Amino acid sequence: MRYLNIGARHPRVGVFDFTDCEGCQLQLANKEETLVAFLQAVEVVNFREIATDASDDYEIAFVEGAISRSDEVERLKKIRERAGVLVALGSCACFGGVNRMKNAFDLDEANAEVYGGTPKETLPVRSVKEVVPVDLEIPGCPVSKDEVERIVRHLVLEVPFSFHAYPVCVECKQRFTTCLMERGQLCLGLITRAGCEAPCPAGGLGCWGCRGPAEAPNYEEFFALAKERGFGEAEINERLGFFGGFEGIKVGEAR
Amino acid sequence: MKVDLDIRIHPLTRVEGHGNLLVRVMNGRLEEARWDIVETPRFFEVMLKGKHYTSAPILTARICGICSIGHALASARATERAFGVEIPEAAARLRLLAKHGETLQSHILHLLFLAAPDFLGLPSVLPLVKEAPATVALAARLKGLANKLCDVVAGRTTHPVSIQVGGMAVFPDRTALGALRDELAAGAGDLEAVAALFKTFEIPAFSRDTEFVSLKGDGDYPWIGGDLVSSDGVNRTEGEYLKMTNEFVDARNTSKLCRLSRESYAVGALARWNNNHHFLHPEALRTADDLELRPGCRNPFKNNLAQLVECVHVVHESVRLIDELLAVPLGTSTMAEVTPRAGEGVGAVEVPRGILYHHYTYGADGRVLRANCVIPTTQNNLNIQHDLKALVEKFAAEGAGDARMELFCSMLVRAYDPCISCSVH
Repeated sequence: MRYLNIGARHPRVGVFDFTDCEGCQLQLANKEETLVAFLQAVEVVNFREIATDASDDYEIAFVEGAISRSDEVERLKKIRERAGVLVALGSCACFGGVNRMKNAFDLDEANAEVYGGTPKETLPVRSVKEVVPVDLEIPGCPVSKDEVERIVRHLVLEVPFSFHAYPVCVECKQRFTTCLMERGQLCLGLITRAGCEAPCPAGGLGCWGCRGPAEAPNYEEFFALAKERGFGEAEINERLGFFGGFEGIKVGEAR
Repeated sequence: MKVDLDIRIHPLTRVEGHGNLLVRVMNGRLEEARWDIVETPRFFEVMLKGKHYTSAPILTARICGICSIGHALASARATERAFGVEIPEAAARLRLLAKHGETLQSHILHLLFLAAPDFLGLPSVLPLVKEAPATVALAARLKGLANKLCDVVAGRTTHPVSIQVGGMAVFPDRTALGALRDELAAGAGDLEAVAALFKTFEIPAFSRDTEFVSLKGDGDYPWIGGDLVSSDGVNRTEGEYLKMTNEFVDARNTSKLCRLSRESYAVGALARWNNNHHFLHPEALRTADDLELRPGCRNPFKNNLAQLVECVHVVHESVRLIDELLAVPLGTSTMAEVTPRAGEGVGAVEVPRGILYHHYTYGADGRVLRANCVIPTTQNNLNIQHDLKALVEKFAAEGAGDARMELFCSMLVRAYDPCISCSVH
C-alpha cells in the first residue's frame, strides 16, 4: 500500500474480548469483498477467537466487551500497559452495552435466580474507559465494519478520525427509508449518533440507540415529540437504558 | 510406551468464548481430563425481567454474536406461543430462509476459519491469505453469500432487525432476493469444492456412544419448533423442554450442565443428522455419502462433516424458499396482530450448534415476569467432558505425546463448535 510514494506502516494489532457476545470481533472477519485487503493493512498478532499463535507485542489493541469480573480488570490493565493505542470496540466496550441493564438488579438476587445456591463472581458492569484510559471509541451493537475500516485506515495512515456529529435520522433520509415514527414506532434515530447507515429502520425496526448520543441532542424536543405520538415514559426510558449510551438520560416522571 | 502428560490451555483458541483445557496423564494412565467453562456470566434471564415483549428478541439476540438470528427466532416464537399468535405463512418462510442464512454463515465460519487450520497443520487461517489465496477466497465468498442472505432477509446478519414478535417487519427487496437465488446456485458449486477439501482431511479415529437430542422431523428436516426427540427413545413436546434438559449448576463451571437418560447428551449437526438424516435434500445426502458420513455416527469429530452436509441442504432449500417467496403476491402481510396476555410460552429452534430453548412467562401488560434460556453449548459441555476423558484414555494408551494429545483435545472441543459466551449468557 503506497500513496505518493510513501509506504504505510502495518501496525501490529491485537483483538481482545471481555463480557460480551463476540459479535463485534466477528464483524472484523465480515465484509468479505475487502477482507483480504483489511488483513494485509494490519498485522494481526493476537486474536484468540481465530488464531492459536499469539504475541504480547502489539501497538493497537481492539478491546471488545464490558468489564464485570476482577480477572477481567487485571487482564485489561495488562493490555493497556502493552498497547500504544487502545480502541474500545462496540457498545459493550464503550458504554457497558446491554450488560449494563444488570446493574439495575441486586447482584446477589440475580446470582440466586440464575445459579441457585452456587453463586458465581460478578461485579457491577463497567465500560472500558471506567477502568483504564481509552484512546478511541467505536460504538455500535454490533460495530459497522465499514466504519471500522475507515477508522483503521486513519490509524494506519496516522490521520485523526472524527465521527459524524449528526444523528441516524439523517442517514434514513439519505437512503429514503420511510420514517419509523411516521409508521407508529418509537425511534431513537433523532438523538443517536450516525455512522451505522441506519440499517435498523430500513429493516422495519426503530433505532434503539446502540451508538449513544449524537452531538448536542435536543432531548426535550425529542421527549415532547415521542409523548405527542403516544409513547409512554416507561417505554422511552426502557429504550434509552438499553445499550448504556444514554446513561443518566431519562424522560421525567412528572407530567 | 507409558506416557506422562501435563497439558494446560488457558483459554482454548479458535472457539467462541473462554474455556480451559486441562489434561494430566501419569505413566500412561488418565489422572484428570477437564473442560472448564470460565466465561463471565451476563445474567440475561435477570435483565429480561420487566422488559416489554417487543424488547425480548432485541435483547436476547445479544446473547450471541454468531447465532443471534436463532436467538431472535426462539425468543419471538416463545412470546407468540405465550400470546397465542399465529404468524403469516410468508413470515414463516422468511424466518426459515433467515435461519438457513445463519446456519450457512456459522457453519462456514467454523469449518473454514476455525476448524480447517488444525487439519492443515496451521495455527490459524491467516497464513493461508498468502499461501492458499484461492481457498481463502472460496471461504470468504461462501461466508459473504451467507451474510448477504441474512442481511437481505433479516435486515442484518449479527443482531437481526426484521425478526419481531408477530412475524417479519418487512418483505425483502424482490430484486435482491432474485439475485441471491442465482448466487446460491453458484454457492452449491463452491460447497462441492469445500467437500473435496474436507475429503482430504484425516478425521481422528475415535468414537463414544452417547445420546443425541434434537427436534423431531415430521416430513422435513426440522429447524423451527415442533416435538423433541432423543436417540435413546425419549419423546417430548416443545413445552416439556425442561424434562429434556434437566439443567444443574456445579462449582467449577460458569455454564450450567445438562443430562437426560445417561451421564450426558449431545446436540448439534451430528445429533440432527443421526435423528433426522432421512429428511435431508438429496444433494446433501449425496455429499454425506461422498464424505462417508453414516447414520448412527458416534465420532464427535464428524460433527464437522454433518455441518458441511447441512450447508449443502440449506443452500438448496434456500433456492426453493426464494422461488416460493417470489411467487407471493405483492402487498402480502408478514406481520400478525399481537395482543399481549398473561401466560407462558416456549420456543425451540435448531441453531447451528444444536437445539435452543427460550421460555418466557408474561404478565397481562406484556412485560416479562420470568425467563429461561437453555443453550446448545450448555447441553454439550458435559458431553465434551466425557468425550475428552475417553479420548485421552484411548490416545494415551496408544502412546501419544504432549503435542499430539494437545492437538486432538483441542480439535475435539472445536468439533463441537462451542459457543461459550452463549452457554453462560
